[in-house]
Amino acid sequence: MTIEIRAGAFDPWRELADFQQQMTGKCGKYGATTVFVGTMRDFNEGDEVRGMFLEHYPQMTEKYLEKITLEAAQRWELLDMLIIHRVGEILPDDPIVLVAAWTVHRAAAFEAARYLIEELKSRSPFWKKEWLPERERWVIKNTPAG
Amino acid sequence: MAITVKFFASLRERMECEGVAIDAQYARTIAEVWQQVAGGEPLPADLLMAVNMEYAEPDSVVQDGDEVAFFPPVTGGGHDH
Repeated sequence: MTIEIRAGAFDPWRELADFQQQMTGKCGKYGATTVFVGTMRDFNEGDEVRGMFLEHYPQMTEKYLEKITLEAAQRWELLDMLIIHRVGEILPDDPIVLVAAWTVHRAAAFEAARYLIEELKSRSPFWKKEWLPERERWVIKNTPAG
Repeated sequence: MAITVKFFASLRERMECEGVAIDAQYARTIAEVWQQVAGGEPLPADLLMAVNMEYAEPDSVVQDGDEVAFFPPVTGGGHDH
């Protein structure tokens, strides 16, 4: 299980390939992998967005991501999990977050990945400040998945 | 000794500082910590708070050496809100 806060750009597909290659002891054990990648858009609430700054509370963020993965491990039979979350200056089309879960069967993989990203969004202390053409604004809240 | 108080995101900008230290003898709960740092402003209803990096409530007890943080609702994850 790996949790990482990243200050620079990352390629989620390369990260996944690298991570899975290191799961040598688990080869042949998992039958399902689910992946969620959250990417920055160039629009929000009807406005053009040119970039954003993603702030976090160092240490508390890692602590809560760890809590969330431990909770998921108690609810589902997970062979492994990977979470990478970007902080700092981010531009449209940049990946912001990667969540992946490896399980024996697909139902658990879908449910666990959903749990990880939803709990991350509602409990991990991150904040987004968007850069609009004429001003900056804080994103006020995450809306529920729908 | 003291209680370390931190502010994040829009609250940090509004307070015009990242944090302060207060004398522990003047605050027994988070609400009292807020009174010490906010200059009479009532505790905003949607403000989140933590003691030693665990979410807490206004009546949570604080003690010497604790780290208390105040911050707005969190907005991590993808840009899909």
